[in-house]
Amino acid sequence: MSTLFENKKRTGPVIFSEYHKGEGIKKAIDIGRENILLEIKDSGLKGRGGAGFPTSTKWMLTAAANAEKKYIVCNADEGEPGTFKDRVLLLEYPELVFDGMVIAGYTIGAATGIVYLRGEYEYILRPLEDYLRGMRADNLLGKKILGNENFDFDISIRLGSGAYVCGEETALIESLEGCRGEPRNRPPFPVNTGYLGYPTVVNNVETLASVSHIVLKGGEWFKQYGTNKSTGSKLFSVSGDCEKPGVYELPWGIKIKNLLEIVGAKDTKAVQIGGASGICIPKSQFDRILGYEDAATGGSIIIFNESRSMLKVLKNFMEFFVDESCGQCTPCRIGNIKLLEGIEKIEKEDFTISYIDNLKDLGRTMQVASKCGLGQSSPNSFISILENFNDEILHINGKGKEYVKA
Amino acid sequence: MLELERNPLSEEIENLVKQYGSDRPALLQILQAIQKKYKYISDFAQQEISRLLNIHPVEVYSVITFYSFLYSEPKGRNIVRLCRTISCDMAGKNKVESAVKRELGISFGETTTDGRITLEFINCLGMCDQGPAMVVNDKVYTHMNPEEAVNILSDVK
Repeated sequence: MSTLFENKKRTGPVIFSEYHKGEGIKKAIDIGRENILLEIKDSGLKGRGGAGFPTSTKWMLTAAANAEKKYIVCNADEGEPGTFKDRVLLLEYPELVFDGMVIAGYTIGAATGIVYLRGEYEYILRPLEDYLRGMRADNLLGKKILGNENFDFDISIRLGSGAYVCGEETALIESLEGCRGEPRNRPPFPVNTGYLGYPTVVNNVETLASVSHIVLKGGEWFKQYGTNKSTGSKLFSVSGDCEKPGVYELPWGIKIKNLLEIVGAKDTKAVQIGGASGICIPKSQFDRILGYEDAATGGSIIIFNESRSMLKVLKNFMEFFVDESCGQCTPCRIGNIKLLEGIEKIEKEDFTISYIDNLKDLGRTMQVASKCGLGQSSPNSFISILENFNDEILHINGKGKEYVKA
Repeated sequence: MLELERNPLSEEIENLVKQYGSDRPALLQILQAIQKKYKYISDFAQQEISRLLNIHPVEVYSVITFYSFLYSEPKGRNIVRLCRTISCDMAGKNKVESAVKRELGISFGETTTDGRITLEFINCLGMCDQGPAMVVNDKVYTHMNPEEAVNILSDVK
């Protein structure tokens, strides 16, 4: 039955380390804007939604912009298949996320924060609104926060209505503006021209949660975890064939095989890193590490054991993209349909090898020609699954054998 | 289609406009409120919203058709959505799907003849660690098995 509020005591080096409501905000006001930006820059924090853009750069650009109003948007449109870390953060650690938003508002000079919560998480709306009321009562939101004369900030929550593409930041802004969630051309970027045309920072839930810890404990502390290029830790949403699915906080740079041991995965054939838009990693590459420098991910880890048909997995992903493409640009709208048709032909064993090669080329075209991240990344699983499971899916050995005369 | 008689919905939409404002960003919030109460957004409601927000009715319609949780046609009193994404699929979504279909005598995308339930699929509910997952209106159920799913649906009025 319904187990929404998992009352597990979670442990982890950064996100799940000790933190008390409001601590980060107090520290932020003490140290001032420049020092906040310096700490975040020093921490090397990159966007946790998957794209990995340096958070400090985003904030500095918005802080430097000269505008009458600025906005902080928390992207809680967690729609990537296999991702559920934001659900856990919002339900169990709202103080981290909202304090992060207040800190962001203070730093860039915004008075308004908006949480864009996916429609599927409507049941979280009420508890979050109750939490925000509590923050207002504690003067962590509202006018003159913590007695600071020049700092007013408040947060509202807006619901999505079931569109995966709205996780793309410009589509999200379109949706907030009451329009179809169709991504915009970039540039201009939201840091200059965002919500209602004003400079806007759009950050992932986990990014904002990390900020609260970084401001409180320092960039140095944060980067003792992880690798040089991927500092800190990451929340991994683990599902599929393993004994202990759930959210894990692990330092960046962990090997895939070590993660599989931790979650109790056996007979693993492949791991999908980064959800349907990510890549599929076969057993032979389980030595690879999770991080921006190798297998980058927004945290979705889906595990497949030996009993799974990779063609069925791929079909599920492509059906997802056909359904969720916004239809605005041709490579994504038509391309995903063509890739799905290809899978259906493979199922019926009605294909030629050159046809499959053409489809992979089409996928590579979509990667460069699509307007937004959805179409640019939807062929990733198609290409990586077909290349890594050539033999299983097409019943052909792609390597070929040179004839050696005896 | 132009409808002329005064409808209590007009007043309701006027109140929503007072609450959310008459600027464009209010559109989605107003549509969501109407959707929640009436389970769909009628031609009349669309026409009233476009009048009060001063935007073309086709704009309103185009927004409704974009989002999978907004409907321009009547649906059942209860909307049941089963997650079809990979982790729920691997956890046994197919068995739940066929049991529910058999029990209600309809396919996904259809509404029971008594208007009690509309069945739909949903793309990733964010319950991948607890699949198969199902939502009845806005209540989420996890670790579904065919028997439990059918029991839940028979309790829905």
